[in-house]
Amino acid sequence: MNNNEKVKEPLFHIVKRDAIPVGKAWGIRVIAIVAALLVCALVTTVLTKDNPLSIYATIFKGAFGSARKTWVTFQDLSILLIISLALTPAFKMKFWNIGGEGQVLIGGLASAACMILLADKMSNAGIIVCMIVSSIAAGAIWGLVPAFFKAKWNTNETLATLMMNYIATQLVAFYTVRWEVPKGSGKIGIINQSTSLGWLPQIGNKYLLSIIVAVIVTAGMYIYLNYSKHGYEIAVVGESENTARYVGMKVKKVIIRTMLLSGGLCGLAGLLLVGGINHTITTTIAGGQGFTAVMVSWLAKFNPITMIFTSFLIVFLGRGAGEISTRFGLNHSFSDILTGIILFFIIGCEFFIYYKINFRKSKKEESK
Amino acid sequence: MIDLVAFIPRAVGQGIPLLYGSTGEIITQKSGNLNLGIPGVMYVGAISGVIGSFFYEQSIKNGGTENGFLMIAIPLLCSLLGSFLMGLLYSFLTVTLRANQNVTGLAMTTFGVGFGNFFGGSLIKISGLDVPSIALSKTSTYFSKSFVGTDAGWFGKIFLSYGFLAYAAIIIAIASALIIKRTRVGLHLRAVGESPTTADAAGINVTRYKYVATCAGCMIAGLGGLYYVMDYACGVWSNDAFGDRGWLAIALVIFTIWRPDMSIFASILFGGLYILYLYIPTGMDHMEYKEIYKMIPYIVTLVVLVITSMRNKRENQPPASLGLSYFREER
Repeated sequence: MNNNEKVKEPLFHIVKRDAIPVGKAWGIRVIAIVAALLVCALVTTVLTKDNPLSIYATIFKGAFGSARKTWVTFQDLSILLIISLALTPAFKMKFWNIGGEGQVLIGGLASAACMILLADKMSNAGIIVCMIVSSIAAGAIWGLVPAFFKAKWNTNETLATLMMNYIATQLVAFYTVRWEVPKGSGKIGIINQSTSLGWLPQIGNKYLLSIIVAVIVTAGMYIYLNYSKHGYEIAVVGESENTARYVGMKVKKVIIRTMLLSGGLCGLAGLLLVGGINHTITTTIAGGQGFTAVMVSWLAKFNPITMIFTSFLIVFLGRGAGEISTRFGLNHSFSDILTGIILFFIIGCEFFIYYKINFRKSKKEESK
Repeated sequence: MIDLVAFIPRAVGQGIPLLYGSTGEIITQKSGNLNLGIPGVMYVGAISGVIGSFFYEQSIKNGGTENGFLMIAIPLLCSLLGSFLMGLLYSFLTVTLRANQNVTGLAMTTFGVGFGNFFGGSLIKISGLDVPSIALSKTSTYFSKSFVGTDAGWFGKIFLSYGFLAYAAIIIAIASALIIKRTRVGLHLRAVGESPTTADAAGINVTRYKYVATCAGCMIAGLGGLYYVMDYACGVWSNDAFGDRGWLAIALVIFTIWRPDMSIFASILFGGLYILYLYIPTGMDHMEYKEIYKMIPYIVTLVVLVITSMRNKRENQPPASLGLSYFREER
């Protein structure tokens, strides 16, 4: 970069930091988020010609404008959080599971299948038990396939999980046509609308169930990763597979076990989406959250507690941007643009946490 | 039996975007950058071209004269610029700021697909023009102009019936293959991807090679998006129509074991698999099986992935430092 100054000392050089106080690291991240929000406001202002302050107000209103909106925000937050938590053990093991989308879908499909096929063969409780078991198992199988090939032949897991996404999507499309109500409509519609068979029970109101599940999963994952033998094995395999092998861990077993867990939890998210929230299934029910979750998990540095904040940030912005697009008649992909901007800033700011820029000392100082 | 004379041109039409995407990604990966942002880049390349020609066509309607050269040059340059900026962003984040490549790539895909769909859906609203939809039929006729008419024989239909971007894709793929394999630049590029430390010690500017390869790769991939919307889709933009072709292009990189010349055949093969479901008879009351046939390209990719990893030959391996960022002071 500094080819023309080969003789002189370069203007600056980059050194790795030893360690940075936690407070300072978070300071850098907060600065990045604030800078990103400013850029988001700027972009929105250019596109809508509204004033920036009222844009922030609109974003806030989109997420917390009414009691219902607030509940939905928290519900979306819990689903994204569960998927992010599901992917986390795999990422900690350096297994790039970008198949969350497919694992959620197939879990959702399994519960939809139970709701439709068992409708007049079993009691409500029986159906719900079947849904829970089958959706978690389906997600786990979807995680198992790439994990098995990775463990056995070191197959590239990023692409294998990705392909599993599309296979799941097409399976859902196939069953959508097969079970469509009414025939020819191309969608399933609300399943068991009159009987509510297989609808997950409501606790308090219809949003609370997913939130409670998310809290339990967060706590469980925190303990699992930090205080269990499995969690320790995952961390060692992630840092160095050879070390893990030398100390006698069965790496293949760890990979397969972790992906079963990862896929199973994604299946659980699918169960909540189909059985608890939407009561139907479409090919877009996961809505790209399998991919967003990768970033949520990474931004939180694989820490389940931090993940609550990162997923909140993404959901908050997404709902806010949704409100902006509705108000100004713009396309709903607007939220993806804002999410992208925020992500670029946070990804970029990590550099300043791990590295330090030393500027060339001025001549006067050197001569002293 | 499938009518091959009708089938092959359609397979090629589907294959060309994949070819652009995979050629771009191969060049990028050879420098050690695993760019998962290619799907987003292809959307940006497409929509940038659409925005450029949309405003040019509007200015023609308002009394300007139609200039054949500008008709092609404006969308082409806009598209190249859009995908170049995406490449620059990716390189800046991963090479200069040493960010995680997988996460940066996924963020680029989120941003790029959102960018494409947003401007595709809101361009008319933002520009305040009174048109019902984005249909760039005039530009499209220039892009899809082929050597032969509809009355051509089988040879003409299979080999000569495409727009110029299709031939450009094949030329670019062959040229990239030659550059990577036979020239000094290619040797340096491969060295950077295999072992940046060694390359650096040998006096190769690692940062520059990574930047140039990634940006060039993105520009080539962006053309795939442009080809799709201008030629294949006849200039009509519809949201999400480009679909998951970007991801298939990345999968093709492994399928072709990092060789752009192999990608020419592989892309056309995948293009064929992509539309095969249209040619398999299902009968009227079992339309759902079409959805199962649409799975074929993904299952084939998965099987190929597994088989290549099982054979595990030395020359079929990815660049050794793929996905890792390079920091000179860390040895």
